Amino acid sequence: MIKIQELIHDYIKRDDEGNAAGTQRAIDGVDLDVKAGQFIAVLGHNGSGKSTLAKHLNALLFPTEGTVWVDGLDTKDEKNLWEIRREAGMVFQNPDNQIIAQVVEEDVGFGPENIGVPTDEIWQRVEESLKAVGMWEHRKKSPNRLSGGQKQRVSIAGVIAMEPKCIILDEPTAMLDPNGRREVISAAMKLNRTKGITVILITHYMEEAINADRIIVMDRGKVAMQGTPREIFSQVERMKELQLDVPQVTLLAHELRGMGLKIPDSILTKEELAAALMGGQTSQNSGLGGDCAKKEAAHGDQN
Amino acid sequence: MGIKIDDICFEYERGTAMQVDNQFIGLIGHTGSGKSTFVQTLNGLLKPTSGHIYYNGEDISGEKFDKKKLRSDVGLVFQYPEHQLFEIDVLTDVMFGPRNLGLSDAEAKKRALEALESVHMPEKYYKSSPFDLSGGQKRRAAIAGVLAMRPKILILDEPTAGLDPKGRDSILGMISDMKKKLNMTIILVSHSMDDVARYVDRIMVMGGGKLLYDDEPVKVFRHVQELESLGLAAPQITYIMKLLKEKGLDVSTDALTVEEAAAEIMAHRRELHV
Repeated sequence: MIKIQELIHDYIKRDDEGNAAGTQRAIDGVDLDVKAGQFIAVLGHNGSGKSTLAKHLNALLFPTEGTVWVDGLDTKDEKNLWEIRREAGMVFQNPDNQIIAQVVEEDVGFGPENIGVPTDEIWQRVEESLKAVGMWEHRKKSPNRLSGGQKQRVSIAGVIAMEPKCIILDEPTAMLDPNGRREVISAAMKLNRTKGITVILITHYMEEAINADRIIVMDRGKVAMQGTPREIFSQVERMKELQLDVPQVTLLAHELRGMGLKIPDSILTKEELAAALMGGQTSQNSGLGGDCAKKEAAHGDQN
Repeated sequence: MGIKIDDICFEYERGTAMQVDNQFIGLIGHTGSGKSTFVQTLNGLLKPTSGHIYYNGEDISGEKFDKKKLRSDVGLVFQYPEHQLFEIDVLTDVMFGPRNLGLSDAEAKKRALEALESVHMPEKYYKSSPFDLSGGQKRRAAIAGVLAMRPKILILDEPTAGLDPKGRDSILGMISDMKKKLNMTIILVSHSMDDVARYVDRIMVMGGGKLLYDDEPVKVFRHVQELESLGLAAPQITYIMKLLKEKGLDVSTDALTVEEAAAEIMAHRRELHV
């Protein structure tokens, strides 16, 4: 779906008169291959090059050197531009900067209308997109009246209405409360699982990455680590060196190992930790347990 | 030294009453719960529709009340404060506030230097353009700008939004040090339950414009279901400890941080099957 070869990107620094006064390398030799239908999480500290990389994926930025192909199309080739931007949709951090219409359904319909989709089909796409992110019942509302998580889901619906093959989410949850974060991540996950849309999620919340097929860790414009969540998060010290973190449950397991408990070093969920500590022979202690378990299952994506 | 809020209303807010005195307070609530509106009433940026706010016993809406003094005493750091940096270099930017209070350049500079030191800004950046700093450093510079006014109460509206984990920890660590060193009241508005659990001594929970809980973190986070119904959550560690308890390990579910949880689990080492 996405192939990146020896990508280099330099930002040009300008002085007060607007003359080029040097360059700053933001991406420094990145190779990447993302298969259709994968869910990829990109981690990295501020300034590591994540967002610069993301902006190459829908041709908002172009390589200084190297090549980026989106679904086989070279982003440097100008005639591919609109096709690439339709196939790879982008969702940014602040939902308030991405919503333009007065009514939710009109906002979602804006993109398809802009590219000349027939009216009947626009409405059909709007319905499908809003249903896919669980916002159909809010279709007649003004975006102002929505919560942060709901606005961000409308932004995602707007992107899906363009029928992209790939969605790039650049820190979509940074401004949201816990509920909003959960809603957005599970909406992205569902699109990936049910519609087979390739998802690239850039985030600073480690917990949001545990269900990804693969994690890519950026540092100083290079890919510093890549692997499954288990492979990446088992390297607690390395992640800290890269100014990152691991999910709290993984950190707790790591601490307990340090204190002498013989548990695996790649625990990603609280259920795995419980199994490791209690050896699987858990007692069902009360009727209350079942109820709580169900409640917590609803939290699966977050925790 | 403190703020007392008596039954203030602002449009949709009804009946919020609290007293704040020299503490590190976390203010949590879902988006739209009234947090930002509330903190803006505290330094007089917004006027309550009804009700009263008293600063050191004086009603801040009173005619004789010195609003200018209030604004320098109650410092407010907005979300994404780095968008408000504008000066030619970091030091000059931080001096803007004190100069605006009518202080001499020498005094403004003295305060700016102190503030930059308090936010742990490396000296080599003092003469840099604020726009050349990293995200975390920009935010420090912006916080220093408010700190240079020497507020008695500092309100920070989501100071860690958009920062990487290291940046998050270092900003919060810095705020916590500042609290101890300068002996001031800090109100931290946050969406991260994990951060709040780790740093503050008192949590206020807002929902639907009302103050719903006001207690120490351990006690507030015992109300997991109520917090969830408000669009919030407990810290991740709380969920882990609850699961272990359900599975039959007799641990206390009050641990809020990784360190506390590890200690609590190790205290039950004999019951473990490892």
